[in-house]
Amino acid sequence: MSAILRVQGLSKRFGGFVALDGIDLEVQPGERLGLIGPNGSGKSTLVNCICGTLQNEAGSVQFDGDVVDGLAAHERTHRGLARSFQLPRPFPSLTLADNLRIPMLYTVHKRTGTPLHANSIEARCSELLQMVGLTGKARHRPRDLTQVEMRKLELARAMAAEPKLLIADESMAGLSHSEIEDILALLVKLNESGITIILIEHIMTAVMSFSQRLAVLVSGKKIADGKPEEVVRDPEVVRAYLGE
Amino acid sequence: MLPFTLLACAVAGGVFLIIREPNVEYLFVAGYTIVQYIVLATAWNILGGYTGYVNFGSAAFFALGAYSTVALATFANQLDDLVPESMAPIFHLIFPLSIPTLIVIGGVVSGIVGLGMGYLTLRLRGAFFAIATLAMAVVLQTLVVNWEFVGGSGGAYIVRPGEFPGLGSYMQYLFALMLTLAVLAVVIARAIERSRLGYGFAAIRDDELAAEASGVPTLRLKLIATTISGALMGMAGAPFPYYIGYLQPQSAFGLEYAVNSIAMPMIGGTMNWIGPLVGTLLLGTLQQIANVTISSAVNLLLVGLLLIAFVIVAPNGIVGLVQERLRARRAK
Amino acid sequence: MEVSIDLLIGAIVAGLLLGGFYAAVTAGISISFGMLDIVNIAHPGFIILGSYIAYIVNINLGVDPMIVSVVMLPIFYLLGTAIYQIYYLSFEKRGQESLRGLAFFFGVLFVTEVMLLLVFGVDYRYVEAPYIGPSLHFGPIDLPLRMLVPCIAALIMFGALQVFITRTFTGRAVLAVAQDQFALQLMAVDPVRIKRIAFGLSIATASVAGALLVIIQPVEPSVGREYIGRVFAICVLGGLGSMPGTLIAAMLLGVVESITSTFYGPSWAPAIAFGFLLLTLAFRPSGLLGR
Repeated sequence: MSAILRVQGLSKRFGGFVALDGIDLEVQPGERLGLIGPNGSGKSTLVNCICGTLQNEAGSVQFDGDVVDGLAAHERTHRGLARSFQLPRPFPSLTLADNLRIPMLYTVHKRTGTPLHANSIEARCSELLQMVGLTGKARHRPRDLTQVEMRKLELARAMAAEPKLLIADESMAGLSHSEIEDILALLVKLNESGITIILIEHIMTAVMSFSQRLAVLVSGKKIADGKPEEVVRDPEVVRAYLGE
Repeated sequence: MLPFTLLACAVAGGVFLIIREPNVEYLFVAGYTIVQYIVLATAWNILGGYTGYVNFGSAAFFALGAYSTVALATFANQLDDLVPESMAPIFHLIFPLSIPTLIVIGGVVSGIVGLGMGYLTLRLRGAFFAIATLAMAVVLQTLVVNWEFVGGSGGAYIVRPGEFPGLGSYMQYLFALMLTLAVLAVVIARAIERSRLGYGFAAIRDDELAAEASGVPTLRLKLIATTISGALMGMAGAPFPYYIGYLQPQSAFGLEYAVNSIAMPMIGGTMNWIGPLVGTLLLGTLQQIANVTISSAVNLLLVGLLLIAFVIVAPNGIVGLVQERLRARRAK
Repeated sequence: MEVSIDLLIGAIVAGLLLGGFYAAVTAGISISFGMLDIVNIAHPGFIILGSYIAYIVNINLGVDPMIVSVVMLPIFYLLGTAIYQIYYLSFEKRGQESLRGLAFFFGVLFVTEVMLLLVFGVDYRYVEAPYIGPSLHFGPIDLPLRMLVPCIAALIMFGALQVFITRTFTGRAVLAVAQDQFALQLMAVDPVRIKRIAFGLSIATASVAGALLVIIQPVEPSVGREYIGRVFAICVLGGLGSMPGTLIAAMLLGVVESITSTFYGPSWAPAIAFGFLLLTLAFRPSGLLGR
């Protein structure tokens, strides 16, 4: 079974600063991959390079069998790659429902070829808002949301693109215990319907219970990649988190 | 969309008849200017307000339309010198071109230039695009001033026919044409607003990075916005030589076009098609009065100061202020 | 058309002198746009303002325009800090820099030009100074003092700025705020205050640049707009925020403009800058020496 995402030797620098140094990563279809690492280790930069928001200097990214290097971010989204932003970036002048409408109009629409019916868009927006618990604020603008609600909107917007691979970048920061459970259940359900998920998180309990495989990024290098229980006991990983 | 179009046509028709009543030529002249600004302001707003990319070179697109007309009119006058004898009869059949044709051509020329310039600069930040439009206006003016065929710095005369059959003075015909253009511009703006394209523009304006990640082809949409905006401005410029009779580069590239195309939508409101209309009617009328009572330079100064004031205090313009009042009242 | 070597050398020399002056004109934008990321398109307007102030004092009191500009430095500086404060409170704080900020500066540029138009009219204005007129001659090379003196003054100002930015604490803080505002805050330096100082400095340079401008050429209110293309072209070509890059780019533009002027006529000069700008943006947006 070929990997749905294959990252080979990916490197990215900002001026003199090396953010990512030769990252190799493979994700199998339907897998639940956890990605952890200290702040500043390059997790979000990796996501940006995979999704095309940033262009990497070296290395290659293949998604679903195709090389996507050089493709713009929107083209990668069309192929089924979706992500939420670590710092939420909602569309401030649009209502929550309209925020979700954008990926539907521009990604799902593009994929199916036939324009989506207005009613089905409305229905789908309501469905997604309900899944993340934001139904009550459908007609509100993002400025009326709490930080936590904005993260949920981020996740919902990524889901609205009906991806094959979803990268959830710190969607759970600041959530209460039960809210975390809800989001986790949601992600598991998505995964069961066939969506591959990469979960980037600091909340270890969530990561451990969710991931089938765990990768660790430190200072732009991948230092571990394997079964969660084993990775967590890897001395190098422990050192990275607790210091020398 | 059809009911609105019919309504807009009816309103335009009504305005035409009302202006016609007193049979004062000046009303047509002033009215033409204001309606012309409706087109310019609405066109600017499609790229500026809807998509978030500021165009400082509205005068350039406007002038492109005007000078296309001048070039074609001069060509028509000098047909026999420029065209081989065998081809002359065919050309004499086509030329001189009617104004509606000139409008379309003006739109095409400006649209293409907008597309080209956008292609070079829209991949970068909005700031670079804005600067490029500003520089472009200066350069285009330099080119025109150096092009003797359209009169160079000395200017060109365009003879306006005396009468238009059925309508009276030629000025009335020009006014009617400009009203039609205004209806077209407003209908297009409103149609875009409510369409998939409009959502895409709004996403780009709000957060281009997130729009890309959501699947919006940002470069393509920005090019579409630039082309439509530029084309409409060119169409507004095409009849201008006939309106003014003697066209100098300073007139076509005048300061007032640059500032009004921005001030009118930003003061009126940039979020929808009503804003530019409100801004134009208010500012346009004010300026017509000021031009007559004070001086045209002071008038421009006031527009500039109003722009600064509104941008600081009321970023969503007059329409935005009204909407906020209504929302506050509804919340009570 | 035969290319006379003498003519070419003359054009190159004139271009270098012009380039020095262009560097002074662009220095302000290097700071406000290159380092602070503020698209101050009104900068040329302030330069012209500086020109007119130098002109009035020169014509009425006979004072050398460069001396006027130095005296005006603190006033321009304060003007700059005031404008930044308005900009910051209205736009930067609210995160709406792009559309509204641009419109704001456009409004300022526009109002400046129209006010000058109202007060002075469209006539070209000249200043008088003992070095306007005579030239130095070195063999085939002519160095009109009218261009040499401003060029030297420009390079001095440019050098002073470079020293300030690299050697003083405030100057280095300005560089830092361009790169990492958060880190600066951690060092208990108020980024807003630093930006205000920097912006004030950038407008102060306009005072000097304006005086130099009116020495080199006669001015009228719309001259400012010709410089927008030049200034941003040089800034981008030189690599945003890189002072050495700005100098090189300015010289380059000066020489190309001068050669074109000499062989094809002066009215094409604005087109050169624009061409540079477009080409740079299209093919090498990080500039010659850019990061």
